[in-house]
Amino acid sequence: MGFTVFYLCVVVLIPLSAIFIKTAGLGFDQFIAVALSRRALLAYRLSFGAAAVAAAINSVFGLLVAWVLVRYDFAGKRIVSALVDLPFALPTAVAGIALTALYAPTGWIGGLLPVKVAFEPLGVVVALTFIGLPFVVRTVEPVLADLGHDVEEAAASLGAGRRQTFTRVILPAVAPALVTGFALAFARGVGEYGSVIFIAGNLPYRSEIAPLLIVQQLEQYNYAGATAIAATMLTASFAVLLAINLLQAWDRRRMAAL
Amino acid sequence: MSTREPRWLRWTLIVVALAFLIVNLALPLAAVFAGAFAKGLAAYRTAIVEHDAVAAMKLTLTVAAIAVPLNIVFGVAASWAVAKFDFPGKSILISLIDLPLSVSPVVSGLIYVLLFGLQGWGGEWLRDHDIKLIFAVPGIVLATMFVTFPFVARELIPLMLEQGRTDEEAARSLGASGWQTFARVTLPNIRWGLLYGVLLCNARAMGEFGAVSVVSGHIRGLTNTLPLHIEILYNEYNYVAAFAVASLLAGLALVTLVAKSALEWRFGDQIAGGGH
Repeated sequence: MGFTVFYLCVVVLIPLSAIFIKTAGLGFDQFIAVALSRRALLAYRLSFGAAAVAAAINSVFGLLVAWVLVRYDFAGKRIVSALVDLPFALPTAVAGIALTALYAPTGWIGGLLPVKVAFEPLGVVVALTFIGLPFVVRTVEPVLADLGHDVEEAAASLGAGRRQTFTRVILPAVAPALVTGFALAFARGVGEYGSVIFIAGNLPYRSEIAPLLIVQQLEQYNYAGATAIAATMLTASFAVLLAINLLQAWDRRRMAAL
Repeated sequence: MSTREPRWLRWTLIVVALAFLIVNLALPLAAVFAGAFAKGLAAYRTAIVEHDAVAAMKLTLTVAAIAVPLNIVFGVAASWAVAKFDFPGKSILISLIDLPLSVSPVVSGLIYVLLFGLQGWGGEWLRDHDIKLIFAVPGIVLATMFVTFPFVARELIPLMLEQGRTDEEAARSLGASGWQTFARVTLPNIRWGLLYGVLLCNARAMGEFGAVSVVSGHIRGLTNTLPLHIEILYNEYNYVAAFAVASLLAGLALVTLVAKSALEWRFGDQIAGGGH
């Protein structure tokens, strides 16, 4: 017990608090100048925006994949199920160069597409979609599996069509899990670095993500600037996670009241 | 009246899901190996046995060999504390354990630079005592520990909560000491869940890029792990070598996935949540 708290403090808490203490040591003007510069603002917009789009794509397809894995039988299902976890196991740098090779104008997929994906903001979305999928599938899957057939039978016997059963019975039941999966994928996407930097092209003001900006500040030995951007990102991520937690708590109360 | 979808809809859904998975997951994996063998087996071999690549491999193995066992000890201790004892602030502790998962890897690296770098709090003291943490191996180990810190605990906490305390209470009442209870009762109960967590922890430890990239300083042959080595090769337009080294890590990922599925399949009921 004591050991747990000690280890947690040494490895996690003290280092994290360093960010905020260091930021507090910056002058206010200096903080604004770095953390809210136009370049930084555009980088936040790309990081948070692309993470949101990717998490939304993953919510749709993640639900579909979870549904197919739970409800249907087909050959090779076990392999497919194992494959879903690939983004957890594959190092991000490997994913990054692989996706870049695929979506580059000469790549297997990039060659077929009419729009440019690699080295554009769209590439960031592609990388974050890859990274985030298992978060949605693995959160929705157990809930879907636990959902008894009885409620669906009840809905059907009361005259609901399959579509009505899905939107009125199944979807509300998995909604909290889906939101959680979205949040996890989103949080991961906002901070993701390894898989994105290869495919993004990293053009300032255009396809530069916030974590990369931190690295660049560090490479110029601008520790204060790096810290200011990091603190802004951390605060924003925590705010989003908190908002989603509150949303879920509200949803639980709402469901309990019904 | 039916609780099943019509046949055509079922197959459409399966096909769409599979198509998405193939494009999004299987193709990137295939691209790694296609890139690695693009210039034939000889070029692949040359890239793998090259001096810097071997050094990077050794470093990656060393880092994992230090970080993973430490996180196992912590993971077991933390889940033991959470599952078998009551204390105030328990839910805060659980959320804190998960914290590294929602922090950007780059920020994880940055905090160690702030703490131990020359500009940082401990920097001057460390320099005076001739200890080098940042831009050296210890910094890489620390950053890896931070990032992989939740994996074991996350697997074990739900499992140990589910198993409850009755086994331990029985052992204690029969006169077993605390340590005996742990070694003879708790550990056998959680071994498969533990192995599962260790697998995930190890995969991440060997593949971590963002955090390590910030603290390593990219000194070739000295502080370059495999993922960093891939980046350097790639940025030098040495694509075949980059993909060749990447294929090693992709191979590790595949081994991890196979072992993980085997565990889920055989011991699903002894892994958290009663199987996936």
